[in-house]
Amino acid sequence: MPRLKTRFNALSHLFLPLSVLVILILINLIKGADYFKITVVNGAFYGNIPNILFGASELVILSIGMTFVTAASRGQDISIGESGAISSAIFVQYVLRAGNVTLGTILVGFLISCLAGIIIGAFNGTLVSFFNVQPMVATLILFLGGRSIAFIIDGKVSPILANEISNRIGTVIPGIPIQTPIILTAVFIALVAVVLRTTNLRLYVEAVGINPSAARLNGINPKKIIFLTFLLMGVCAAVAGFIAVNKAGRHDSVNLLKFIMMDAILAVALGGNSLGGGKFSITGSIIGAYTIEMLNRTLLRLEVNPEAIKVFKAVFIIVLMVLASPVVRDFAAQALEKVKSIAAGRAPGHRGALSMTDAPGKKGE
Amino acid sequence: MRPLDAAKAKTRLSNSTLLFIIAGVIFVLMYGFALITYPGSFMQFQTFFDLFNFNAALFIVALGLCVVMIGGGIDISVGAVCGLVTMACAMFLQLGGGSIWGALLLALAIGLAFGLMHGLLIAYLEIQPFIITLAGMFLAQGLLTTLHREPLNVTQPAFVALRNYTIEIPWLGTVNRLGVFIPCEIKPGVLVVVVLVVLYAILMKWSRFGRNVYAVGGDRQSARMLGINVKRTIFLSYVLCGLTAGISGFVFLMTTGAGNIGNGSLFEMKAIAANVMGGVMLNGGVGNLLGAPIGTMTLLTINELIRAAGVQSNLQAIVSGLLLYVFIVLQSAIVALRGSEKFKLALPSWLKLRN
Repeated sequence: MPRLKTRFNALSHLFLPLSVLVILILINLIKGADYFKITVVNGAFYGNIPNILFGASELVILSIGMTFVTAASRGQDISIGESGAISSAIFVQYVLRAGNVTLGTILVGFLISCLAGIIIGAFNGTLVSFFNVQPMVATLILFLGGRSIAFIIDGKVSPILANEISNRIGTVIPGIPIQTPIILTAVFIALVAVVLRTTNLRLYVEAVGINPSAARLNGINPKKIIFLTFLLMGVCAAVAGFIAVNKAGRHDSVNLLKFIMMDAILAVALGGNSLGGGKFSITGSIIGAYTIEMLNRTLLRLEVNPEAIKVFKAVFIIVLMVLASPVVRDFAAQALEKVKSIAAGRAPGHRGALSMTDAPGKKGE
Repeated sequence: MRPLDAAKAKTRLSNSTLLFIIAGVIFVLMYGFALITYPGSFMQFQTFFDLFNFNAALFIVALGLCVVMIGGGIDISVGAVCGLVTMACAMFLQLGGGSIWGALLLALAIGLAFGLMHGLLIAYLEIQPFIITLAGMFLAQGLLTTLHREPLNVTQPAFVALRNYTIEIPWLGTVNRLGVFIPCEIKPGVLVVVVLVVLYAILMKWSRFGRNVYAVGGDRQSARMLGINVKRTIFLSYVLCGLTAGISGFVFLMTTGAGNIGNGSLFEMKAIAANVMGGVMLNGGVGNLLGAPIGTMTLLTINELIRAAGVQSNLQAIVSGLLLYVFIVLQSAIVALRGSEKFKLALPSWLKLRN
């Protein structure tokens, strides 16, 4: 029984994003039963589900980075779209100047863009960890100026990536039935999972997020950990920029990853993470990111007026957050207990109290 | 200055006051620099008034956001609400043929509705403010595009008269090349800004609500122990912010005279930047309300300076970002130095600002 309970505990934070996912799937199935239909075009899978996985790849990667930043620094990075735009601009410039494009050039270009992402992360991280600036304010600087930097790197045009390898990275590699961005995202998620399994990163980040002074007294340097999370965020932004620019086939410094930070923060919150730092769940954020993409596509599928999409999205978020709020959860738990005690008839009172501790509502984060 | 007063000032100077003084000094330095480098444009009083004339809405948005930020929250929907109000009022005036007072009421009602929604959800259901106001932003943007996609110019005579109405200051002005004296002009929006600044400053400094906001922003738990109704304070701060965003939308329409999808876009970011420059911290509990207008003026002076310097348009954003960077680092360095007790700032007693 105790083991079962702890497993339930571990899953309870995923209750919200998973139930939303299920509701969205149900809505889609009501709209049309062919929702899960997968067609094979040119040897690759296409359909609603692959499209969601494909479309959400950048968002998933960014929301992973955002989860780390949120957990450690108790704030959000709002410059992720801009850092993705800058690092991918550098990538595009490198590839275009290399002349003959081979897999090696792409790889080197990718590594250089990752380095650029790390530098951007270091810039933000220095401000947040060493100058004690609130993350939102610190990243506001790049949010305001970042796109102009990308624009200047581009040389005031939007360069086109017209080579075979980029095209394949953005779409499909012949012979592999899954679209490449999906594979890249999966590899990235696996890497993060390995890092979290093999290192103490999770422990340190959570310790710093819960109480920086207590973490310091226990020998963890909170400044270093916060700085590290921003470096990670920079890498995530670079990878997301790499995928986005290969998908689009050209580097549009104005619109690339525009306003994606809102969706990334939303994904973190949907995943059951507190935006106030502390314990975090990467799985939740990933599911949250896919949920947002699915919501966007569901609204399109339901033929909602494109002007009104944002209204529906807003209403959806509000309803969701109300249902997930601690007050409503406690209320639901109490109601559940009452129903149970009525159902049990004249059962002894302590059974009701027991069932209350098992109710999902009490296991808020 | 008597030594006793100096000692008293040393102990009483709070972080809010220190940051506010830094903000004020930086604004004066910035404007002084502008005066020296570009005397042609900045020497004229009209340039100074134009900062207010054309950006009255931003000042008002920053004021409302300042209250929420002192309370330890954030509202990123203000820009979108401002834009929604401009379009709704423009439609009401132009397509519905309504009166100006009706439009003002409509603006207040929209702002109040958003404020009430945010306040209820954030204070009483304890949902994270960022997410709720993000949803509010989506809602306002979505409603704005649903209402009307094309720019809508208000041509109603009564409104055009209000838009073009200016107040001349007869004793202040410049003499142009022909020797004709041109008095300075201010728009009615500026009066709204001044009235609101005074009102809010009084509210935050001397009312029970204002003190509660500071207490709640500083430490929610201790505020509760002191018997402050934390939830109601947070609720009211969001309602106030929403209402202010509604007023700012009306003032925006009064300045430009047209409803447009792009109205008020990025105002939330500009207002946050302005408040940070004015010494209001996002953590809450720290900041002087007068910092909001001072910070907005600093931000606008920076932009004006960059424009006067003739910087290439795509470099403008970078330069203003860099200046923001310098500013933030300076602010944090001063606060850190003060925290390490190596640095003491004693102020004459007449400069003391209560908080």
